[in-house]
Amino acid sequence: MTARLMQGDEACAEGAVAAGCRFFAGYPITPATEIAETLSRLLPRVGGKFIQMEDEIASIAAVIGASVGGAKALTATSGPGFSLMQENIGYAAMAEIPCVIVNVQRLGPSTGRPTSPAQGDVMQARWGTHGDYPVIALAPWTVRETFDLTVQAFNLSERYRTPVILLMDELIGHMREQVRLPDADTLELARRTETRVPPRWYKPFENFPDGPNVNVPPLVPFGEGYRYHITGLHHDERGYPTDRPDEIRPWLDRVFGKIERSLSDILLYEEDGIEDANILVIAYGSTARAARHAVKQARTRGSRVGFLRLKTIWPFAEEVVERAAARLHRVVVPELNRGQLVLEVERVVGRQKVRRVNRADGEMIRPSEILAVIEDLEGAV
Amino acid sequence: MTRRFEMRLAGTGGQGAILAGIILADAAIREGKTVVQTQSYGPEARGGASRSEIVISADEIDYPKVLEPDVTLCMSQEACDRYGRQTRPGGLLVIDSDHVSRAATTQAVRVPLTSLAREVTGRAIAANVVGLGVLAGLTGIVSRESLEQAVEAHVPAGTGDLNLRALAAGYEEARLIKG
Repeated sequence: MTARLMQGDEACAEGAVAAGCRFFAGYPITPATEIAETLSRLLPRVGGKFIQMEDEIASIAAVIGASVGGAKALTATSGPGFSLMQENIGYAAMAEIPCVIVNVQRLGPSTGRPTSPAQGDVMQARWGTHGDYPVIALAPWTVRETFDLTVQAFNLSERYRTPVILLMDELIGHMREQVRLPDADTLELARRTETRVPPRWYKPFENFPDGPNVNVPPLVPFGEGYRYHITGLHHDERGYPTDRPDEIRPWLDRVFGKIERSLSDILLYEEDGIEDANILVIAYGSTARAARHAVKQARTRGSRVGFLRLKTIWPFAEEVVERAAARLHRVVVPELNRGQLVLEVERVVGRQKVRRVNRADGEMIRPSEILAVIEDLEGAV
Repeated sequence: MTRRFEMRLAGTGGQGAILAGIILADAAIREGKTVVQTQSYGPEARGGASRSEIVISADEIDYPKVLEPDVTLCMSQEACDRYGRQTRPGGLLVIDSDHVSRAATTQAVRVPLTSLAREVTGRAIAANVVGLGVLAGLTGIVSRESLEQAVEAHVPAGTGDLNLRALAAGYEEARLIKG
């Protein structure tokens, strides 16, 4: 395929279709509208369904319904819509329904600045709905990677029966770069596992005996003769409400366990020049582009600066960060917010080691702002 | 790091600064260059400040926004007040003299883009494409052939010829400026 100029939002839509997504329900919102716009063209061509819903609450509800019906399903929104979706994201987490929610972050809170980039929804992606639940969130930094991580988001959501959040931002969503998309048949796609048991033995939330295997019971689509119950209440293995701690606890252990035991599959990151570094820059999403620019500049001036870019931001790559920062004197964390993922970095490596670079005024962090901190630390080392 | 070529096109929402940026980026891609195009605009559909930024390089582009533009095109007074002075020293500042009366510097290249557009196409709206012709003619950052292909690929159906005339008018103006 020849290179073509493409927006991040378009690449997300292309990635969804390539991943096998055949259902989109959403409500237009800047800067995510182009995802819906593109899918409204692409989905009907492949026999998929596109629905513009009345609002974001209905959108995520329709997506959950489509997934229970057997379709890989997607919705895309920005901060205000993401807030509205939180209750049903919790429902998907509780009922273990695979789906992908794209949040193209813009400057908040509230209506904020619809056309300005931000990374202010990092903690909301982790803790947005109430209660204890695991979550997977991915953050791309290029148009091409937006395609790749959208495919990954679907794969992870199917493999672990969980909602996955693709945390883009306005810059990545609206930015255009030349992109060469991979051939569809070269992609590795996860398929929903099928059950081997007959309907009367089927338990949609079965807790297999604890073992080394990841415990993800198959989700049989509604309409195939398997009758079962889905609820947002805590439930037993067949899906019926329960108030028994000895049924609630195994469920919690299982849904956390399936993520925690699969970190080698889920945690995506790239690191560069960490071996001989004495300063480490940790970044994600659009900010990582300013960070790498600054890191390269610092290196040409003789600094030994390592670079760690997290593609998976939730679950937080504790051990990766711990290992990368172990030997190092200082860690720099630039973010387009007042300091969110840095809280996790500080938890892992200690507050004293960490320098924050923050901006939440609608403009990108400039490489010079990160470089200034690196040089300041160099002087102190 | 290899040298980045940075360009900023700024105007009022509806003037086509963003479309012009897309066309230029597409032309660069047709020549195998690495390019990133970003945009910044207000929540309004029309009016409000609007800008498009293009970074062109021979290899990977990390920071996607303009740091210090080599070239700036200002199509409104507000845009010129805001961005005119940010052009790199020795860089190129082109203003649409139909909309900008006070230029940021005496070095600015003043071209009546809107009247030229009206003259050669009958439509003021093609001023952005005239501007592209001027910029490409003065800098040679992309070839005329690539730019013509990109214009035809991105303008609304049925306006290809009209926009190519606008582009040609821009190139002609650049030729006169260079003398």
